[in-house]
Parts: sequence; C-alpha cells; structure tokens
Amino acid sequence: MEFETTDQDLITLYTICDQFTDKIIERGQLIPILQQIQEKIGYIPKEAIVKVSEVLSISQAAVYGVATFYNQFRFVPPGKYPIKVCLGTACHVKGADIILENFERKLGIKEGETTQNREFSVERVACVGCCALAPVALVGEQVYGHMAPSKVEGIFTQIEVKKQIEHKQTPNSEN
Amino acid sequence: MSNDPIYTTYNQIVEQSLQHQNGIQNIPKIHLGLSTCGIAAGALETKAAFEASLQEYQVNVYLHTVGCMGHCYAEPYVIIDHPESGFPPVFYHNVTPGKANMLVQRFLLENDPCFEHVYGATVENELIPSVYEFSRFHRERRLVMKHCGQIDPENIHEYIAAGGYAALAKALHMDAKTIIQEIQHSGLRGRGGAGFPTGKKWQIASESQAADKIVICNADEGDPGAYMDRTLLESNPHQVLEGIAICAIAVGAKRAIIYIRSEYPLAIKTLTLAIAQAKSLGLLGSAILNTSCQVEIEIFQGSGAFVCGEETALIQSIEGFRGMPQHRPPYPVSKGLFNHPTVINNVKTLATVPLIIEHGADWFKQTGTPNTPGTAIFSVVGSVVHPGLVEVEMGISLRELIFTVCGGIPGKKQFKAVQIGGPSGGCLPDAYLDTPIDFDSLTQAGAMMGSGGMVVIDETSCVVDVTRFFLDFTQKESCGKCTFCRIGTRHLLDILKRITVGNGEESDIGLLESLSIDVKQGSLCGLGKTAANPVITSLRYFRSEYEAHIVDKQCPGKTCRPLIAYYIDLEKCARGCDACVGCCPTNAVFTTRTRKKGIDLQLCVKCGECMAACPPEYNAVRKVSPPHLAPVIERPPDTDTNLSH
Ligand SMILES: Cc1cc2nc3c(=O)[nH]c(=O)nc-3n(C[C@H](O)[C@H](O)[C@H](O)COP(=O)(O)O)c2cc1C
Ligand code: FES
Repeated sequence: MEFETTDQDLITLYTICDQFTDKIIERGQLIPILQQIQEKIGYIPKEAIVKVSEVLSISQAAVYGVATFYNQFRFVPPGKYPIKVCLGTACHVKGADIILENFERKLGIKEGETTQNREFSVERVACVGCCALAPVALVGEQVYGHMAPSKVEGIFTQIEVKKQIEHKQTPNSEN
Repeated sequence: MSNDPIYTTYNQIVEQSLQHQNGIQNIPKIHLGLSTCGIAAGALETKAAFEASLQEYQVNVYLHTVGCMGHCYAEPYVIIDHPESGFPPVFYHNVTPGKANMLVQRFLLENDPCFEHVYGATVENELIPSVYEFSRFHRERRLVMKHCGQIDPENIHEYIAAGGYAALAKALHMDAKTIIQEIQHSGLRGRGGAGFPTGKKWQIASESQAADKIVICNADEGDPGAYMDRTLLESNPHQVLEGIAICAIAVGAKRAIIYIRSEYPLAIKTLTLAIAQAKSLGLLGSAILNTSCQVEIEIFQGSGAFVCGEETALIQSIEGFRGMPQHRPPYPVSKGLFNHPTVINNVKTLATVPLIIEHGADWFKQTGTPNTPGTAIFSVVGSVVHPGLVEVEMGISLRELIFTVCGGIPGKKQFKAVQIGGPSGGCLPDAYLDTPIDFDSLTQAGAMMGSGGMVVIDETSCVVDVTRFFLDFTQKESCGKCTFCRIGTRHLLDILKRITVGNGEESDIGLLESLSIDVKQGSLCGLGKTAANPVITSLRYFRSEYEAHIVDKQCPGKTCRPLIAYYIDLEKCARGCDACVGCCPTNAVFTTRTRKKGIDLQLCVKCGECMAACPPEYNAVRKVSPPHLAPVIERPPDTDTNLSH
C-alpha cells in the first residue's frame, strides 16, 4: 500500500534537515538523524532518504541500507492507533501469535501494515518488559495484559467510545 | 580523613543528601513501584488514586515513587510505612485504585492495616508475618539490585544517602593499577553472556598508550524475553553510572557511551536525568569530586537490532553503519570505536563494580562459586507462580530457582523444560534441574547463561514450537554477512516450520543435526555460532517430541495448531449455554439440532477461546492431537444460512 507524504510531514522533514546544513556532520549522525525524523513524523518517508543523503553527502543507497537494517525504522506511516503485539518469548509461549492473528483478521491487514484510512496499524514487537502479564498488546502507550482473542474485540469497542467522546469535545464537530 | 580533599567534597555532598531525606523522615510514606512493568500493570492509575484520596482526606503522606523490586507478579505493589500506627512497613500486592483508596482510609486514617490484603511486613516483627517468610524473598540474594525498588531513581540524593558514590570516592584514592587488581582478584566475569573476566579486559585496555580511550556500557539487551538491564537502569541508574566512572578511571578513558535500545524510553529518560544530576553535583564531568579526573557519559540510542549487542557490531552502529560484526582480533580493547581502545561491558557487570570497590574483592568472593563469584540476575517468566526478576547466588540449582524461589508451576501442571539464555541458549529437561547456575555448568549442559532470560515451559507447551520461535528470531536478526548464518538459519527455520505443521519427513532430524553443526562452524560472530543451540539441545533432550510431530503427526504439548483440533463433548455440553458461540471470532461454533454445540473444523482457527469460555461446571471443550481424533459433528444445513449475515 502506498501512502503519499503529507505536506505537513515534508515541512517537518525539511525543518529537521535544515538544522544540519552549513555544518560539517559526521557519518555517526546518520542514525540519530533518522531517529529524529521517525520521532517527529512517525516513519521514514521516501523523501527523507534523499534529503538525508544530501545532508550527510553519502549515497542514498547507504542511507537506505542503514535505515532498512534496523528494526526501529518503518517506511509506512503508523496508524492513529498503532497496535503493537508482543511476540517476545514469554508472550509467545502464552499464545501471542493467536492475538496477533485476531488483530490482523479484525482489521484486514497484516503485521507491518496500516489501514488505508490511517486509523490503525499492526506490528509485532519483542518483549515490552512485562512478561508477567503475558500475552501483552499495546495500543499507543496503553498496555493491555493477559490478552485473549475476545479482548481484542473489547479494545476496538473502547477505541470507538473514545473516538465518540473526542468527537463530541471538538467544538466544530457539528459542522 | 577530614583533611582529605576528596572525602571533604564527598562528605559535603552526603550531608546535602541527608538533609534532603530529613524533611520526610517523620511522616508516613507510601512507596510505589513505577517502572515499565509497574506502569503496564496499572501503577499510574494506582498513583492517581492515592493522590486523589490523600487530597480528599487531607492526609500528610509522602508518596514515594521507586523503581522495580522485581516482583512482577505482584504489580502494582506498594509498601506503606506508617510508624504511628504501631505496625511495621507493610507490603501490599496488586493494588488497584479501589484498594488504594481503601488503604488511605483504613490504614492511614484509622490505623487498620487491612489484614485481609496484607502480603507481608517488610521487616521482622511480632504483629504481621514478614515477606521474608516467603522463599521468593528470603532465597534471593540482593547485592546488585539491593537498592532497586527502595530508592527514587529520579533523585540522586536517595542513592547517595544509601551510600552511593562512596565507591567512586574510594576509587579516586586508589591508583588505576590497584583498581584493576581488585577487580581481577574479585574474579568478576562479564554478565553480558560470555563471562569474560572483567579485570583482564580492563588490564589490556589500560596497557594501551593511546591518548583517547572509550568505555561503552552495553545496554542493548536484545534477547526477546529478558529485561534485567532495563530494570536496573530504570530503578537505580546511578549505580551503573558509578561503575562506568570507576571503569573509565581505571583504564584511563575520559569518554563513556551508554548504548541503549530506543525501545526503552523510560530507561533513557531516567538515565538522562541521572547523568545531569551527577554532573551538577560534580560526581561526573570534568573535575570529579574536585580532582583532575574527567569522565563524560553520553547516551547513544540503538535502533533495535539483536546483533548490535555483539561488541563489534555495536561499534559499527555507533559509527553510523549497518551493525555487522567484524573480525576479531583486533579486539575492541585494542582497536574499537573510531579506532580508539574501547572497553565494552554489560550493564550488570558495571553495576557490580562499585560493590567490589567498596567492600573489597574478598567480600565479593564469599558469594557464588569459585569460578563464578557473585550473583546472577534472571528474568524468570513463562509457567511459574511468581514470575519476575530474581537475583540469586551463583551456584544455586535450577530446581531451587524455579521451584523454591519462583514458586514452581501453577495449576498442577507438569514441568517440561526450562529455556535459558534466549536465542543463543538451550532447553534443559527435568533431569538437568540440579545443574548449578554458573557460566561453565550451564554451557556444559548445552544451555548458556546468555542474557539471563529464563522461560519455564510446562507440559502444555511444545519444545519444537519454542525452538522454531527462536530460530524465527535469529533468522530475522542475522545480519547477512556470513552465508551459513544467513542461509543456514533460514533452512533450519524452514525445516522446523514444516515439522510443526505436520509435513516433516523422517530425514529431517538428521538434516537439522548436520545443518546445526555447519551453521555453528561457518559463522563469524556469536549470533551465528550459537543460533543453532536451541535446535541442538532440543534434539538432544526432546527427540521424542520431534518424532511425534514427524511420524505420528501429533504435537504432545497440543500447541502446534495444524496438528490439533478442538471439539465439543456432547455428553458434557449444556443445552442452554451459548458461551462458546458468542466468543468465537470466526463463527465456527454452531448449534446442533439438539441445541448442543459443535465446531466447524473448516472455519475453526484453533484460538482456544471456546475452551476458555466454557463454564467449568460443563467443561465440554476438548483439544486433541492429531486432529483426526476429533469426532466430526455435522453443521445442520439451516445454520449455514444464518452464518452469511
Ligand atoms: C548476537 C550477540 C548479542 C549480544 N547481545 C548482548 C547484549 O544485549 N548485551 C550485552 O551486554 N552483551 C551482549 N553480547 C555480548 C557482547 O558482545 C559483549 O561480550 C559484552 O557486552 C561484554 O560485556 P561483559 O564482559 O560485561 O559481559 C552479545 C553478543 C552476541 C554475539
Ligand atoms: S515477552 Fe511479551 S512482555 Fe516480555
């Protein structure tokens, strides 16, 4: 699935990279710059590869090579509600793959993908550090422990309720 | 000592720290664990509830946020210290917001400690049984994690008031050679997995004449089921910083880098704050404790690649390249980051250093075994009653750790195996439960100390499946440099996959064995060299499980989904109950003409929800392997049409 980089994201990208023009920066800055871009934009848009290669005066292939090597960097925008399913050891032995499957089935996307409307994305992560609660899933920062397939349904209901509350609170929602 | 300039400065800082503590000495305190695991279990909600009810009832209490004690099964937990009530400090587990509210009202206002909710007192006393009567508490030996969960990691004064940075002051009095001798004499071995003698590493680095040397603290912690380093950094960052500073002084480095994974945001935040606080008190930075010693510590965020835990790959990653391991020698201690001599040590190794400097090598050697002195920190998870982080003396047996300290297997299930050392480790069966925990014994048994991740597996899990899980991990994490690691792990995984879906062939076991040896021999770094360990040990100890999968198409643990089936025992099923129908995510459960339920095996995804949902008084859902053992119950034609809506 292709996602166009939004104008807002492009502005953010250029602002980040502008900090570095006119400065001599070392190759060692490559990962920190990519991290900054991902932190601000949520992913590494294709324009970033070009821009960063210019800033560091290295080839686009070198930037892309590094960016794709590390698991942290993603190339599709995350959903508004990013879902992460822990597939660490403890969660695996408690059936985490079934939980992941339930999210995938429910949203009609596979891990690593984002729904077309950019509402949800699903990805797998390794140990979030609360193995005692295994299996674990996260929506944004919120951790859901002792997951079960039926809880997946509950999470979506919760999000739906939250959305409606937010909708009511937005002042111009009537228009 | 009073006219010694280092101690004069240090004592002034201690004085300042004690003053900070004085302010809160005489009021009741609530200690609340707020590390990642606590927050995940709802500690922030609990904290908010305490704050709200303290406000409501206008009680003057110090809400003390601390790190993690390692008792993950009890999260969120609090310790309430209310001396006026006459009771000792009390430990409460699983404190929900409602319980928090009640504790404020009943304990803090009415002096009633709510006996029905008490887990235990944290000190010996006559009124309330102490938590130390539980083996989870008294069999632990907390040296490195002593202050974890006791002090506020965001407040340096608490660490100093507890004796922190005294080792640094002491080290500044010793010459570099003596420090290294002390570490060598202590027999400390690196806790990053390989168990390399730390003193020896420092010795080599100190001998180099290079002007710039670097110390790197390895906090990459890539094992997908371990979190000791994170907890240590989140709960007591200063002990690690103190260790790094001592190491830098000993080897003659002015610059230190903490390589920490970016997936650990709380640990990064805590560390950043800790570094700033230590600098502002003159415990780090230039002129440490007014001496000419200088150590600057910075943080580098890793980007989530398991192989970057390997020291040469880690260096590549800081230099801005793909994290690919390099040939050694030259070892990083002679030629490391940007070609400077670089000492790389694990978080736990460095956190142990201040203890050795403060109490001496001989004291340290009293704990543990002659070959591996000290303690081991494990994250014990999986099928145990009391999962969490435990610090135990090196040399205690696996049996004692799993059954005594961690409470054994819940629900009367049978122990099957324990997986130690993460993706590089192995699965040990019950015959090996008496193996003592230390680097050499575990390696001999076929497992590995590795990262310290320990997963306990009971009879309802499948060893072949766990092996496949680890191979799936290493295959994805292989950097691709060595052919045997890149392609060999791929083939191992493919074979394991086909065994777990029931397409295994009899020749597969032999193939796995020979391929494992090839991958081990044909790889450059530890990742490839150990990637096949899970396969080798599981084949050694659990061969019959492989054979059951291959020959009988049966999964003894009833885990591998293609080899199992669920059905409903019509004798047991109750007519009126619809629990299983409602919870099935794929509408596979249908109602038969007799109004009892059946499972459409074509639609069933084998998630097990119906089994969980079936009320215990009926207990009608069965799981069988191989799948043909499930009786076929025809779906009545009329229900088919219902389904399509
Ligand atoms: C694939 C691989 C992953 C590793 N991961 C880590 C890690 O996450 N943390 C760590 O401290 N050491 C890790 N190591 C070991 C390091 O290479 C190195 O030996 C260690 O950091 C040295 O510290 P120590 O002497 O204190 O143990 C790993 C090694 C390999 C081969
Ligand atoms: S394995 Fe999932 S939280 Fe640790």
